[in-house]
Amino acid sequence: MSKTHITAEPGIPHIIITREFDAPSDLVFRAHIEPELLTQWLGPRDLAMTIDRWDARDGGTWRYVHTDAQGNAYGFHGVFHGDPSPQAIVQTFEFEGAPGHVALQTAAFTGRGGTTLARTVSAFQSVEDRDAMVASGMERGTRDSGDRLEELLAKLQAS
Amino acid sequence: MASDRLSLVFGALADPIRRAILTRLSEGEATVAELAAPFSVSQPAISKHLKVLENAGLVSRTRRATARLSRLEAEPLREVTTWLARYQRFWDESHERLDDLLGALQADQDDGPGRASAATAKGKDDE
Repeated sequence: MSKTHITAEPGIPHIIITREFDAPSDLVFRAHIEPELLTQWLGPRDLAMTIDRWDARDGGTWRYVHTDAQGNAYGFHGVFHGDPSPQAIVQTFEFEGAPGHVALQTAAFTGRGGTTLARTVSAFQSVEDRDAMVASGMERGTRDSGDRLEELLAKLQAS
Repeated sequence: MASDRLSLVFGALADPIRRAILTRLSEGEATVAELAAPFSVSQPAISKHLKVLENAGLVSRTRRATARLSRLEAEPLREVTTWLARYQRFWDESHERLDDLLGALQADQDDGPGRASAATAKGKDDE
């Protein structure tokens, strides 16, 4: 069951990702901002994540690399804007495979009595950039298999 | 898939009647009258919806004898699901891992302060 909601509306260059976590907001925030925690969860299990730079403060830069089993490396980097807090982690985000296409990402963590709603809004420079980012699947080195049409139609019918 | 095509498909899918039409067509070809039957809307209104679906490449229309039949064209739907599926999987899997990590960190805090860093290091070694 998917609890992660991804919204990508046509014509608007945004992606919104929401997810509720069964943990207090300060802990969810820490997992997003402390490099030794971040590397333990960001990305699928078959990708190794290495943090090259991570200076989580106003004007600080960051860079990490995801490497797949075949040795393909996918680098991402950007800059933090403002000192990160549970109210907002604001950073630019650029995939090094598409230089110059920069997104502005804002993550916020709202405590709800023991659980936390994490909401990340990525604003791209254009709808085309947004669509390309989604199409890349974060550049995971796997291919889709199978026919999801039936699944989609079931969803369409239910909605 | 070209972005404008994607927008057309999304736009076409944004209407509940059009989604119901596609679901009906997934069972086989149908006439406008057959498609209109389950709804309290007129046949011309259904024809308008079909036009939108046709523009998005989701439906093709053929004439057989006197009947004009609509049929589902699945490829654009396949492209749309593929478009989002990998990205969705990336975040699903990341967030499942984050769930596990948050669970471990909290169990750790319950054991008392000062042990969190040790468990964090252990979790990392386990990767």
